[in-house]
Amino acid sequence: MRPDPIALKGVRFLGQRALDLTAEAGRMGIFLGASLGWLLLPPYRFPLLLRQMLFVGAGSLSIVLLTGLFTGMVLGLQGFYTLQKFGSEGLLGPAVALSLIRELGPVLTALVVAGRAGSAMAAEIGIMVITEQVDALQSMAVNPIQRLASPRLLAGVLTFPLLGALFNVVGIFGGYLVGVQLLGLSSGTYFGEMQAKVEMADIVGGMEKSLVFGLLVTWICCYKGYTCGHGAEGVGRATTSAVVLSSVLILVGDYFLTSVLF
Amino acid sequence: MSQRGMELTVGVFVLAGLAALAYLSIRLGGLDLFETGTYEVTARFSSAAGLREGATVEVAGVRVGRVKTIGLEQNEALVTLRLKSSVKLSQDTIASIRTKGILGDKYISISLGGSPRPIPAGGRIRETEPPVDIEKLIGQFIYGKVK
Repeated sequence: MRPDPIALKGVRFLGQRALDLTAEAGRMGIFLGASLGWLLLPPYRFPLLLRQMLFVGAGSLSIVLLTGLFTGMVLGLQGFYTLQKFGSEGLLGPAVALSLIRELGPVLTALVVAGRAGSAMAAEIGIMVITEQVDALQSMAVNPIQRLASPRLLAGVLTFPLLGALFNVVGIFGGYLVGVQLLGLSSGTYFGEMQAKVEMADIVGGMEKSLVFGLLVTWICCYKGYTCGHGAEGVGRATTSAVVLSSVLILVGDYFLTSVLF
Repeated sequence: MSQRGMELTVGVFVLAGLAALAYLSIRLGGLDLFETGTYEVTARFSSAAGLREGATVEVAGVRVGRVKTIGLEQNEALVTLRLKSSVKLSQDTIASIRTKGILGDKYISISLGGSPRPIPAGGRIRETEPPVDIEKLIGQFIYGKVK
């Protein structure tokens, strides 16, 4: 084959990258399909799901509550400062609650849990791959995707909305601490306006976001761990790219979810 | 951790999460799971401009219920109100759509009448006042039609 002229080289490079990207997206899609499909088939490993819910859900509780409390407090502080300029401090309650329920609750919960549990997931599965434990599972006729990925995906979908709801409640309480206790807004104004302005659609939309993020984070992290490269370096790289890709997809996905849901 | 301890921890976590969700939905979202102690009446307004479902219903400034649905009936707005059953409306009650402040939310204010006969559940408030159209008022003021 004749060597390509220099101009064609760039085009070929572009084409190659596009093909690689498409193939990777396809592999990820097949992995997701397999994980969800195997969920429906027996054996149902309930203890494995329980352990993942303990790790992803209950284990992340303290960090999620801490993040939620301070997010709510800073929203109260900043919101009060801004609203005061328009003489409408009374709207602090709805400002805090709507920011939390519609945006910050689902997004920050997902980011924090991706950093805490997602990275551990990718590293755990990655080490099982490089130490040939996954091959051992396969040789014992245990489907590794069903055993490793499926319970984690289900645990993510189940726990993320619950963590998000706790984040919202604690955040609203944080806003109350700053707005009412510190800055002297009346507690009736704070909660009354909140009840008048927050609607069921806001809460449902926020929960739907949490569901999507739960699936997204566990899917990406399991996939990255499952397809990690060779040796310790491969596991490290898989863990990093799992967290980075989850975080990016959470933020990008959030924009599109918001434009579709609300 | 033992299986028992694990189950217990996850159980507590799930309960706490569900409690948070329930708090959000019921306290803030206005989700009425048990609509006990309430009843519905309807009222027909010539216009319900700016009124939204879920808006509050007040008697003498006290919240006694909310707007359940807004629909059309004979080219007029038919509004269904869900009220606490402790509130008894008499036949000559007047329902009017008002605005909180100048630019605030629309709500329904109910002035109780003096008739001894009450409006039953599912009944209708006959006397209604549509919201004041501020833009129209300003227009009339500019063209000097307000006396």
